[in-house]
Amino acid sequence: MHLRAENLACQRGGREVFAGLNFAIGGGEALLVTGRNGAGKSSLLRLIAGLVRQSAGKLELEGGEADAPIGEQAHYLGHLDAMKPSLTVAENLRFWIDFFGGGKPAAAGLEAVGLAPLADLPAAYLSAGQKRRLSIARLVAVARPLWLLDEPTSALDAVSRTRLAELMRAHLAGGGLIVAAAHGPIGLERARELKLGPA
Amino acid sequence: MSAVTALLARDMRVAIRAGGGALMGALFFLIVVTMVPFAVGPDLKLLARIGPAILWLGALLASLLALDRLFATDHDDGSLDLLMTGNIPLELTVTIKAIAHWLTTGLPLVIIAPVLGLLLNIELRAMGAVALTLLAGTPALTFVGLIGAALSVALRRGGLLLAVLVLPLTVPVLIFGVAAANAALTDGVPFGPPFTILCALSLAALVLGPIAAAAALRHGLE
Repeated sequence: MHLRAENLACQRGGREVFAGLNFAIGGGEALLVTGRNGAGKSSLLRLIAGLVRQSAGKLELEGGEADAPIGEQAHYLGHLDAMKPSLTVAENLRFWIDFFGGGKPAAAGLEAVGLAPLADLPAAYLSAGQKRRLSIARLVAVARPLWLLDEPTSALDAVSRTRLAELMRAHLAGGGLIVAAAHGPIGLERARELKLGPA
Repeated sequence: MSAVTALLARDMRVAIRAGGGALMGALFFLIVVTMVPFAVGPDLKLLARIGPAILWLGALLASLLALDRLFATDHDDGSLDLLMTGNIPLELTVTIKAIAHWLTTGLPLVIIAPVLGLLLNIELRAMGAVALTLLAGTPALTFVGLIGAALSVALRRGGLLLAVLVLPLTVPVLIFGVAAANAALTDGVPFGPPFTILCALSLAALVLGPIAAAAALRHGLE
């Protein structure tokens, strides 16, 4: 499976965010998108997920389901955690598993991020880091080949970062792809780097 | 559970739990209708004559009140992004959200309408007919409102724009809803034609609303 971008460009609010972007990653590879604030890291991830329109260029996921848009084969982990405060931790995760379909039981996902003891707590009472981990549980519980991670380590403590790095390595070992935007190392040693914007 | 039932169950659960606002519409409806006899005065004949119109106006405003929650909360917490990357078509996603919204905000209005009819001196026999017109017409209000909710989320303006966008589009529903309800109250006026048109409006909104709302959400991608 290959994710390939040719001459990709993006405009938001009439302003050109980036243009002429080329990259390609294959199965088991990770791409670390870096750049200063406003360089277009988040825009690139949202563009790949199909949440922002590209203004020029070509983006394709070879070897995936030909008919489905890339967004339907990708997990998007953005700045917002997409959790309802009035639902419990387990209900939130179970909803996303059922909505995306074909996933593991919610308990397995919660176990992977260490939230199993909090399963029956309303999500409103979670800390920022715990909400983040609940979002990450979704990536583990539903299998999708491409992970789009926007600053995945924000709000996470050291233990959780290590655990996330293990989950990412396991995903890559299974032939998955990762595109991550970050300001620092996220625990992937062999990730290729794509620098956006002026140095 | 399939994606469809999961989304329906989740939206209804969120609406019913604390802070979900499912009962807000019904309470607003109750208050608006209760205020009318105080404003109009104790003229029972007049109340009975304008009763169906008051009930319909109250239901229209009450269903409008809850509309901005339809997409705004999902937009604010990032759920809308993920809903758009689901395996089911966006049109189906917004349809299910609208159905869940109607079940939690529209259906309660239909259920309490006969009780409120007592305040307006509407005969019991006619109350059934008024409730029936609300049952047939409120889905049209929700599905027309769906378009406005999707547009206002995409444009990032608040609820006021939503009201300005949606209310003019609901005029036909109001006209035929009140016409059918009045026909049931008055002897010799056929109930069938306005009621059939009301049902047709609901069915048309059911088809066009999701398509337009999904297009609005896609257009608002940025």
